[in-house]
Amino acid sequence: MTHLEAFLDQAPVLKQTPLHALHLSLGAKMVPFAGYDMPVQYPLGVMKEHLHTRAAAGLFDVSHMGQVVVKATSGKLEEAALALERLVPVDILGLKPGRQRYGFFTGDNGGILDDLMIANRANHLLVVVNAACRDQDVAHMQAHLAGCDVTLLDDRALLALQGPKAEEVLANLWPGASEMKFMDVRDASILGADCIISRSGYSGEDGFEISVPGDKAEELAKALLADPHCEAIGLGARDSLRLEAGLCLYGNDIDTTTSPVEASLEWAMQKVRRPGGERAGGYPGAARIEEDLTQGPVRRRVGLKPEGKAPVRAHAVLYAEDSPESPIGEVTSGTFGPTLEGPVAMGYVPAPLAEPGTRVFAEVRGKYLPLTVTALPFITPTYKR
Amino acid sequence: MLKFTPEHEWLKLEGDVATVGITTHAAEQLGDLVFVELPEVGAELTKDGNAATVESVKAASDVYAPLDGEVTEVNQAIVDDPSLVNSDPQGAAWFFKLKLKNPSDADALLDESAYKDLIG
Repeated sequence: MTHLEAFLDQAPVLKQTPLHALHLSLGAKMVPFAGYDMPVQYPLGVMKEHLHTRAAAGLFDVSHMGQVVVKATSGKLEEAALALERLVPVDILGLKPGRQRYGFFTGDNGGILDDLMIANRANHLLVVVNAACRDQDVAHMQAHLAGCDVTLLDDRALLALQGPKAEEVLANLWPGASEMKFMDVRDASILGADCIISRSGYSGEDGFEISVPGDKAEELAKALLADPHCEAIGLGARDSLRLEAGLCLYGNDIDTTTSPVEASLEWAMQKVRRPGGERAGGYPGAARIEEDLTQGPVRRRVGLKPEGKAPVRAHAVLYAEDSPESPIGEVTSGTFGPTLEGPVAMGYVPAPLAEPGTRVFAEVRGKYLPLTVTALPFITPTYKR
Repeated sequence: MLKFTPEHEWLKLEGDVATVGITTHAAEQLGDLVFVELPEVGAELTKDGNAATVESVKAASDVYAPLDGEVTEVNQAIVDDPSLVNSDPQGAAWFFKLKLKNPSDADALLDESAYKDLIG
């Protein structure tokens, strides 16, 4: 059986989330994504799933993402917060109990190792990281967060409920939903399951992310889907929704070669962590990132609106003129935006060309198509602040 | 006479002119189309070379020339409204008409039952 074992060892064995059987029963088209067999779309199709999420409510399975508890062995939250600030250039100490904020792990060269959500859970921090980076993120934290226990919650699923009807759909099962504001985090007992709920998401819409024990996930998902406002939504629409909302996809729009300032994410770095701030620096790559902050970055991530109807996709090369002599950068994400009823893209251009209204060109199938640098997001978010 | 290719194109043959489109099966697999790019009228196409491009929200796909020939007409309606390809792929949503270089080459393409066997 040695041959067979060797073969099995090499075959890509896809992991399944607790909702896998539900996806199949709903008729989802499944694709490999970050090592998981995930639904890219349901019979509704990407276009209608996208529009439904903006009009009513969409339910996404994001259980592939890593949910990680960071707890100081002393039990003091401040120690966990200060330890994580050594890896993430945002104000974690100032994050109040029951609140969440966005951040990123930085590398020694100032690039981004992963982006994440950090929640203050009173006696510990709960961080949510990307599936593809999960193992490396856990190892990174275990290696560098002295005096902290870092525990991957691999027995929990994560559901995202997004859209203008999300509050109404969730409040029917848990009235507390209506009390929450954008980036609040609460405990909730829903259908007898101990859930952790944040009012956040990745669609540009108001909505919630619900951490639920894996063995209760299907029951909760079915209860949410029983609401006539709510439809199951796949990864295809998740991508077009987040792109219209101007949100980065790790591995496409940000990676180890992009600094947070180049990526136009410096809004996530509070004053206290910037040069002159009380807890400035002290994270990997601080010298490079502070240089970008004070002197301005060489290049910038910008929104790009193709002037024509053709989508301009990731890796299309950008040019200053409609000719091959002047390459200036690259498109990092591009698709058709169903809400905008036209193509949308993001990419990096030299800082002097990052001003909205600037015209650049992208090579697509041998043609140089004009795009306009556009302020992000493309849509107006409806977060409940 | 209706013929098919393993690349999921259909051809309706009338004399030495073939009307070409993509099959219902292909349209279903691609999902909602949002963009169609067609060849220029007068373009000389080579069998298996790129003839057109279709894009869904998720991805771009090539449509290949099923045979050698010259494009005599293109269907602007599917450029103006790509969703027509999803609603009527083997009817109103034809892509282009091709004046075949060697009309007899069409004999080697798949007939409807052979294509149905192929897609299962």
